[in-house]
Amino acid sequence: MFSLGQNPLEAYWGLYQGSLGQARGWAVTLRKMIPLIFVGLSVAIAFKAGMFNIGAAGQFLIGTICAVAVGVHFAGSPASLHLTASLMAGIAGGIVWGAIPGLLKAATGAHEVITTIMLNYIAALFTGWTVSTGSVERGVPPGPLWDSTDLAIAESSEILASAQIPWLIGPPYRIHYGILLALLAALFTWWLLENTAVGFEIKTVGHKPSAARYAGMRVGGIMVLAMGIAGGMAGMAGAIETLGLNHKFAPEFGEGVGFDGITVALLGQTHPIGIVVASFLFGMLSAGAPRMQFESGVPVDLIRIIQALILIFVAAPHIMSQLLRIPALARLVGTTQWTERHAAR
Amino acid sequence: MHSSPLTRTTSWFAICFAGILLACALLVEFTPLGDYPTMHLFFGGSTLNFTLRASIPLILGALSGVLCERSGIVNIGIEGMMLMGAFTAFLAKTSTNHWPLPVSLGFSTLATLLSGLIMGYLHASLSIRFRMDQIISGAVLIILAQGATAFFFDRDAIAEGKFANVPLPLLSDMPVLGSLLFNKPPLTYAALLLVLILGFGLNRTRWGLRTRAVGEHPRAADTMGINVLGLRYRNTTLSGALAALGGGFLVLETVGQFQEGMTAGQGFIALAAVIFGNWTPLGALGAALLFGYTQAIQNELLLAQISLLPHQFISMLPYVVTIVAVSGLMGRVQPPAAVGQPYATEEIS
Amino acid sequence: MALHNPAVKVPMLEVCNCTKEFPGVRANQNIDFTLQAGEILAVLGENGAGKSTLMNIIYGLYKPTHGEIKVKGRRLQAQSPRDAIAAGIGMVHQRFQLILTMTVLENIVLGREPVKAGQLDITQAHQAILRLNRQYGWDINPHRLAGELPVGARQQVEIVKALYRNAEILILDEPTSVLTPQESDSLFAVLRQLAAQGTSVIFITHKLREVMTLAHRILVLRQGRVVGNTRPKQTSEVELAALMVGRAVSLTVSKEVITDPGNPVLELEHVHVMGTRGQLAVQDLSFTVNAGEIVGIAGIQGNGQTELVQTVTGLRHPCGGRILLAGRDIIRASPRQIAQRGGCSHVPEDRHEFGMVEQFTVAENLVLNHYNQAPCSRWTMLRPRQIKRHALALMQKFDIRTSGIEQDGGSLSDGNQQKMVVAREFNRDPRLLVVAQPTRGVDVGSIEFIHAQIVQLRNRGAAVLLASYEIDEIISLADRVIVMFEGRLIGQLSSAQADRNRLGLLMAGMPA
Repeated sequence: MFSLGQNPLEAYWGLYQGSLGQARGWAVTLRKMIPLIFVGLSVAIAFKAGMFNIGAAGQFLIGTICAVAVGVHFAGSPASLHLTASLMAGIAGGIVWGAIPGLLKAATGAHEVITTIMLNYIAALFTGWTVSTGSVERGVPPGPLWDSTDLAIAESSEILASAQIPWLIGPPYRIHYGILLALLAALFTWWLLENTAVGFEIKTVGHKPSAARYAGMRVGGIMVLAMGIAGGMAGMAGAIETLGLNHKFAPEFGEGVGFDGITVALLGQTHPIGIVVASFLFGMLSAGAPRMQFESGVPVDLIRIIQALILIFVAAPHIMSQLLRIPALARLVGTTQWTERHAAR
Repeated sequence: MHSSPLTRTTSWFAICFAGILLACALLVEFTPLGDYPTMHLFFGGSTLNFTLRASIPLILGALSGVLCERSGIVNIGIEGMMLMGAFTAFLAKTSTNHWPLPVSLGFSTLATLLSGLIMGYLHASLSIRFRMDQIISGAVLIILAQGATAFFFDRDAIAEGKFANVPLPLLSDMPVLGSLLFNKPPLTYAALLLVLILGFGLNRTRWGLRTRAVGEHPRAADTMGINVLGLRYRNTTLSGALAALGGGFLVLETVGQFQEGMTAGQGFIALAAVIFGNWTPLGALGAALLFGYTQAIQNELLLAQISLLPHQFISMLPYVVTIVAVSGLMGRVQPPAAVGQPYATEEIS
Repeated sequence: MALHNPAVKVPMLEVCNCTKEFPGVRANQNIDFTLQAGEILAVLGENGAGKSTLMNIIYGLYKPTHGEIKVKGRRLQAQSPRDAIAAGIGMVHQRFQLILTMTVLENIVLGREPVKAGQLDITQAHQAILRLNRQYGWDINPHRLAGELPVGARQQVEIVKALYRNAEILILDEPTSVLTPQESDSLFAVLRQLAAQGTSVIFITHKLREVMTLAHRILVLRQGRVVGNTRPKQTSEVELAALMVGRAVSLTVSKEVITDPGNPVLELEHVHVMGTRGQLAVQDLSFTVNAGEIVGIAGIQGNGQTELVQTVTGLRHPCGGRILLAGRDIIRASPRQIAQRGGCSHVPEDRHEFGMVEQFTVAENLVLNHYNQAPCSRWTMLRPRQIKRHALALMQKFDIRTSGIEQDGGSLSDGNQQKMVVAREFNRDPRLLVVAQPTRGVDVGSIEFIHAQIVQLRNRGAAVLLASYEIDEIISLADRVIVMFEGRLIGQLSSAQADRNRLGLLMAGMPA
């Protein structure tokens, strides 16, 4: 930051002011946490099954658009029903979009890293189309969810009030019930992985698919299931973010959410509680970043660089030990099961 | 020297695919077939030109992947290396706008290569020295490149000028082929040449034999006195330069400017080309041409303003083709056996 | 046994006071010995005694914690195998270090490639290999892929690799574990020829018979220390065994002869199985395993035993024929159906590939394939307390030594890992027990224990299918022996007929 000629102290002060320095900052932090928890869990669950879900961004978008599709229609339906239906639609969309790469991997062995990324682009194009303005002179019809009140802007109509998630703490803090759903999701993930037969199967497949087959598990089915759950989580992130906060969909929505999920999942050691904590830290960063830019002129994009640095330090088990010469620390910090999984493969 | 039947299949695929495209182009040019607009759309000179132009970054990215993965290191960071290369090219070009154009472009190319070497070295250190999961290390490269290029991107800067076509004497006078292959800017020639160099290097030289050994069975190579980690370090670093050149190509030869996230998933398509091409340079060339061709078709369809489908659906084409290709071929291609596995000598095995 | 032993000359190799420590393990402790030119030294010890570690130190793969190695009187500071190779040391590893997707020639020249004008010089390498071929009466085609060669030929390639580098000290790590007795004999002939030409040979094994016939001198290791340094004439097999294990061991398994086997439990009729590379790995195989008998499958590694075992246990599906388990066809059955409904237990050949998950705790590993059954789970929920109780019971019953049920399975010793797998599989009181290589890489104490458990299950009426590459294991355990060669049943012997010679001939593909 010195090199850019801005005062780093001002930048940090801005970061602090924007996040924890004031009540509103706290509110923004909590608000930013919600999708982070979900996508973090999404990436973590896929990790546990031995897969790398870079597709959270696409699943997020599809989840969003499905929730929006239900949320803007069916005027006059009872609020609880409408909201539940919209949420469910979002989850279902995410599940489908997540299960596709799982299915492709199970059936053909196509690597999920490539398929999820391609599905991200497809999802972005598809959701972009649903709210596109179309073109009158070329006879291209507008997208089905486009809000026709403003002809120039490509975005969806507003979610009906009956499908909006109510405030937990109303304006000016604007924290909705999604935060509770996020914490519940973390709890659910922990329960699923630690206490159920399915969780045991997911972990076995993640560590060693051949041993899972030996133990009588249906490896392909479990891959699809795990990716489906992962997709459902990411889809829920998108649905809750729109139903609770944005109340409409615009194409640039959810940018960077996929890599946020990876960072949060790794920072949280793929453990649900760790992910909640990591989401809080990361929510703080992104809550404070705009204020930081305002106060000191350091661009918000700095967050991305910080993100990469966090990943480097968290995911490389040997960096810490080499820097600090404390082997025990490396064992504590390292995501060793990852390297081992690949060694076993 | 002795390739498995499969290697030959994909290499044949590459040659056949390129051959069929060229044959059709000739037919369209010289026979009444050219009167049909659809034939023009699929095989016209502009489509094929666009195919090659769209393929070059994919080819370079795929060569980067081939080199890296044949040495046993997974490289999903091609996207990040390309983006960084593109940005560095832009940075170097804008800061040397006042130099004579060829010097400025040459300097930018060198800067691009250097940025690639740095990214490659970073990937090597993270995944070899610090034994980070190689897929995560690749993801780090991508995030880092996205963050750094957005952070340092000066939106007011403008790069002036780009590489011009260099017709090769005699060859460029050939009909169709001449303009298609032999009247191109230098980086295009470089990319095609690199395919041959890497193919020769991997199959016929000492370096290639050792690289393949290190990627297939590092312990066997180690027991034969080969410095496994050193070779992996060198190759991964070099592979960064190849990918970066692909990014630099976008700035210095086609687009002329930098945009945030301008690689738009091409690094991943290149990775798919590595798989589709069965980890061989020639196979990767064929796959990259196929993917480039879908981009060209997409482009032609958009230009033709065919309004049967919204343009978003046409734009999905390259991504869909990539998924189909990767799913359809797995199981019939064979990755280097040790790819993705960290190697340490003193492990009780 | 004329020793080329000019005792006055400097020894070929001296190992002085070598110690190697891994985190938590002292694999070698103050090892001292010398090796003369033209001498064949056998290094004897059970699994985990530190033989391989010692050889890896000499070969430069490991660095000793302290101590030094001298070659021809000069201190060898081997930082890597490169230095060891330069000093004239060659090594044939227990797991062959061949790159199967490359040609024999490429494998041999790797690391010492002849180059002409920037390209590999194939012709020169070809000539050199053919010369070595002729010298030892081998017939290796340098242009074949290493993966296409049978196991015996792969070993020859490994030896050529060392000789191509002009090795004067040749180390062979358990070279006979993949050979028939007859192939072993011809290997020994080659080694004697090499020794006669002045090459020193270090020969690692745990087989006493080989030591007695081949070695000039014997070094016995136990728990990382040298516990014996002797000559064949001065010792006996029984004495060596006691030295190796640290106590007197009985070299045979006590079991009564069965008089009448029970009903057929497993029946195979004309079974065909495809292998991983698309070849027919098992062809037209028919046999029966009855209740209360142990049927041994003998054969050299790679003759279809692996595929056969996987087919019986449902990990692989046959492409023809019928398999009946207790009268029910299981051709399309899944591993879970065969295990849980068919009552089949399976101790897999490679516990690291199938049998266990290293990152799971001992308790989790002990329920790996019945985590979904009562009492360990109810309504798809796991019951940690039951799992814990189950683990404690098994650990006691099968003498699995751990620091607790929360210890990672991967951090157990080889013997305890195998006992963990055996405990899980044997404890279910199976109707059919399929065991493959039950004692591979396991210490003698565990071997005795596992063998006794197998016999005990058979006495309780289980049908046992035992696949093993160790002839002695087959001979001592099986009531009936089936020999497989290239995927076919080449011979069937009763336990009375099964001796080393006859089995060896069958394993080499020569029906009597």
